[in-house]
Amino acid sequence: MRTVLLALAMSALAIAHAQAQTQAQPDVCEVPEYLTHVEGKFARVPTAVRKDHRLLVLVIGTGSSSLAGPEGARSAYPARLEAALASRLPQASVKVVTDVKGRRTAAEMAAAVAQLVRDEKPDLVIWQTGTVDAMRGVDPDEFRATLEKGVATARAAGADVVLMNMQYSPRTETMIADQAYADAMHSVAQQQDVPLFDRFSVMRHWSETGTFDLSGRDRSRIAEKVHDCLGKLLAELIVDTAQLDRNSSKDNR
Amino acid sequence: MAAAVASERDLRLDLFRGLALWLIFLDHIPSNIVSWVTIRNYGFSDATEIFVFISGYTAAFVYGRAMRERGPLIASIRILRRAWQVYMAHMFLFVIYMAEIAYVGASFRNPLYAEEMNILEFLQQPDVTLLQALLLKFKPVNMDVLPLYIILLLGFPPVLWLIRRAPQLALAGAVVLYVLTWRFNWNIPAYPTGYWYFNPFAWQLLFVFGAWCGAGELHRLHPLLRSNWVVALAIAYIVFAFAVSLTWHVPSLAHFMPKWLAELIYPIDKTNLDILRFIHFLSIAVLVVRVLPKDWPGLESPWLRPAIVCGQQSLATFCLGVFLAFTSHFVLVEVSGRIAMQVALSGAGILIMVAVAAVLQWYKAVDGRRPGPRPPKPGASLAGGEA
Repeated sequence: MRTVLLALAMSALAIAHAQAQTQAQPDVCEVPEYLTHVEGKFARVPTAVRKDHRLLVLVIGTGSSSLAGPEGARSAYPARLEAALASRLPQASVKVVTDVKGRRTAAEMAAAVAQLVRDEKPDLVIWQTGTVDAMRGVDPDEFRATLEKGVATARAAGADVVLMNMQYSPRTETMIADQAYADAMHSVAQQQDVPLFDRFSVMRHWSETGTFDLSGRDRSRIAEKVHDCLGKLLAELIVDTAQLDRNSSKDNR
Repeated sequence: MAAAVASERDLRLDLFRGLALWLIFLDHIPSNIVSWVTIRNYGFSDATEIFVFISGYTAAFVYGRAMRERGPLIASIRILRRAWQVYMAHMFLFVIYMAEIAYVGASFRNPLYAEEMNILEFLQQPDVTLLQALLLKFKPVNMDVLPLYIILLLGFPPVLWLIRRAPQLALAGAVVLYVLTWRFNWNIPAYPTGYWYFNPFAWQLLFVFGAWCGAGELHRLHPLLRSNWVVALAIAYIVFAFAVSLTWHVPSLAHFMPKWLAELIYPIDKTNLDILRFIHFLSIAVLVVRVLPKDWPGLESPWLRPAIVCGQQSLATFCLGVFLAFTSHFVLVEVSGRIAMQVALSGAGILIMVAVAAVLQWYKAVDGRRPGPRPPKPGASLAGGEA
């Protein structure tokens, strides 16, 4: 009798646990507000959405802005961002185009910005960088100057800019010294009033709270889930910064 | 002048060098909750300043005596032999680092981190990488202190010679080199790009200043150290640095940082020993000297013994610390990254550092007492290899 009771109690617990997990699922991307709260301003995006009913986003980045495989392009965060933005901004036609090539330093991307912005005429440029420079050991002062130049170029061509820093990668933490580059991105963002999407802190939060196991043993499509969340959070940041959603975006998350 | 050199070793130096080595170890374990206790989170300077200053101080103390007793040639050879030891230690750590990287590269495939895995590229060209590592131009993460120390030691014989003859001139020379370095951006190039993380042309200022103090010139600063105004200024500066550092950690405070101030002081340049960091270190030193007199009886207490022993066996403790930090990171990733594990690894690491330092210290004392060709020298067991 006692064993049956015990078994019942345990299965009840297990069910409650499973339910708690499924209930938690919709909020899986959620991070504390201070991680996604950004200073920074947009000049172009609000007008583009409200007046021209369009939003063209150009993602300039390296390997960590893409995923390999046949489904890669559809599951990487630029595509997820497009989907999230489209549902958040039904009044505008949203498009996300990418210029993603691995192993490019900030300097190589900054050199390409002018041409890209002229060709694509985006309203917003998302510039993902930092990792390659950290791996190559580029001088942090040069990195900083490059960021300033790239931001100025994109803005001069009429596009707003969001900076996006490196991924949190627990395995390579003792091998890639990215702190100086993360600091440079923070301070350039602050001084130029550019929103910074702090991908590093967001992913570290997921890792620390156990949302995603980023140390690599779990192969259950973690990469896709992470990119899905990154796309959603990025969309939120864009909507918040452009103040397109004045009745508080926090309720309908 | 030489008579002014303290004949007894100042245990405060060993104590703070030992503490600095513990903090360096804790800071080198990535995402370690225990590293919140380390001073880099509460101001501008960190354990590196303490380590470099005290290393300069003890180098002048130990080799200065050798120069006085045995002449410049013998003392110089001792310094260069020490540099060679540090170089060997650095190479040993580099091999461990390579082993870790190679293991991670062979065992880890995650689509999320395809880009980060490019860090393994250098394994494809061992010829270039190994050569650059031997030349100290390849710079693995967290292994930048020893190359700095090697260069500082290599340049030390003439500096020490000058400090013993014209200490003010030597110090002025260090200041001039520091200023010129900032003016003309001198640094040693690294491989594949960039520069040394600790610019020796800038950091030499702290080392030479330490040596200047250690060579018996510290008494010139006594009027300053005794002045209440100086202490008040030091406290004010430490409070200011603490307030600034709070804005790094508490996001809701970030907007209290005035923009003009941010533009004035950022970036706080660790590579070139930013003057803000140097002043922060000096402020802490002023307070420590005021609060802890040299003859403070607590220095003999068994509670401080572990840190003092680590400070006296600094090279071994430092290398062990780097190795233990690698190992801890490995365990955190492979086994568990929970907070309990972080605390356990941090505590165990420090215990191991203390245990090994204690054994080395004991052996040195026992070995030194043995009758033989080398006459036992009092104090040499403390200071012998430890500059």
